[in-house]
Amino acid sequence: METGTWKVKSGLAQMLKGGVIMDVVNPEHAKIAEDAGACAVMALERVPSDIRAAGGVARMADLTIIEAIMKTVSIPVMAKCRIGHFVEAQALEAMGVDYIDESEVLTPADENFHVWKHDFKVPFVCGCRNLGEALRRIGEGAAMIRTKGEAGTGNIVEAVRHMRAVMDGVSQLAKAPREELMTQAKEMGAPFELVLEIHQTGKLPVVNFSAGGVATPADAALMMQLGADGVFVGSGIFKSSNPSKMAQAIVKVTTHYKDASIIVEVSKNLGDAMPGLDIKQIPADELLASRGW
Amino acid sequence: MKIGVLASQGAFAEHIAKLQQLGVEAVPVRLPGELAGLDGLVIPGGESTSISKLMRHYHLTGEIKDLAKNGLPVLGTCAGMILLGRRENGADPETLELMDFTVRRNAFGRQTDSFETELAVPALGEKPFPAVFIRAPLIEEVNGGLEILARLADGTIVAARQGNLVALAFHPELTDDLRCHRYFLDIVAEYRKK
Repeated sequence: METGTWKVKSGLAQMLKGGVIMDVVNPEHAKIAEDAGACAVMALERVPSDIRAAGGVARMADLTIIEAIMKTVSIPVMAKCRIGHFVEAQALEAMGVDYIDESEVLTPADENFHVWKHDFKVPFVCGCRNLGEALRRIGEGAAMIRTKGEAGTGNIVEAVRHMRAVMDGVSQLAKAPREELMTQAKEMGAPFELVLEIHQTGKLPVVNFSAGGVATPADAALMMQLGADGVFVGSGIFKSSNPSKMAQAIVKVTTHYKDASIIVEVSKNLGDAMPGLDIKQIPADELLASRGW
Repeated sequence: MKIGVLASQGAFAEHIAKLQQLGVEAVPVRLPGELAGLDGLVIPGGESTSISKLMRHYHLTGEIKDLAKNGLPVLGTCAGMILLGRRENGADPETLELMDFTVRRNAFGRQTDSFETELAVPALGEKPFPAVFIRAPLIEEVNGGLEILARLADGTIVAARQGNLVALAFHPELTDDLRCHRYFLDIVAEYRKK
């Protein structure tokens, strides 16, 4: 028996596909998420919109909260560590969380280097804005990626931009003549072996979810139709006026993302979605997506 | 031969790819209408709570139960195995209760306890099967006429067949070995003749 292999790490992400991973800050939220049909929860101290409002330094969540959430639900529990903070990651692994998100939503601990994720038995998910960034994280050992979007804004525009960039990158590599691959790898700053793999298979080597901006069922279906394997919903659920209903609606459309009649049915009488932010109104140094490289 | 793969949530695309490699038409099933004309059904790995809720909400639970009771071959892997079995004292999730065993979820621990092993499955031949167990369930208590297909070294039951139904605690859709899918298609062929 072998534990912590690439297959079991990337395989868990495959089991999450077609599902919704919800940010939760306490066991009560976690229960609502599980009851709504979430395929996993992300245990946090504050949802991204509150982190954004609070400012200061955002760190790994209080381990007591994570532990309480792990005891409450039977679905996988994820938790975030700061970019480059491998000791927070060691602590989360020792606690037994099922996935670690090395996340730009927290304040980075290292401005040059991400965590070397191959050393861990617990799998990691990392954010990206384009294919090069995705492949750098996979090269470091991320077993799942997610496009970053702009967390805590309730604005889908950045999520769309990043998903399109990743999907366009994949289709370009798939059809590029072989002699162009090394130059492509150089230009996008990606490991050549992964560039070659995408050229050969025509798809990403790991599961890719969408994150950062989903606030409505239609947003979730949009990201699925653009090629996401599933969606992370951060503030979008527990900052809406009826979290349980919103959570169930997003779960349903993530399965039936191409079925407009189901999108219509679940979108009625949902109450208010979370308040949204215009990305242009956010000062450049407060954008979360530009954290990490 | 046309096989449906339940696509409520989970690794359904992986099963579809394996079935297509074996030359079979494979289609995703999200709504009851898509069950029409199937020769077999696969319930994939995923989150059993999530799949169970979506199945119930879109009226798939009763339909699948009826079809399976009338002989439709069904293969369940991991979450799919949970959904084929029974739960102790009505614990979550609500299952199809088609096979005579109770199932323990997350039986081996959390994700860091997930593992790969070479598993002896005599029904597939002498060569062991590369079995991937991810937050896997196990068959706890057998209450009926169940054919045990595989056990771990410590005796834990991780694969079983009961007539037209096959339950595997591991993920054949994540490996290149097609023998589990071929085994299931042989059962489908057998039931088509009936």
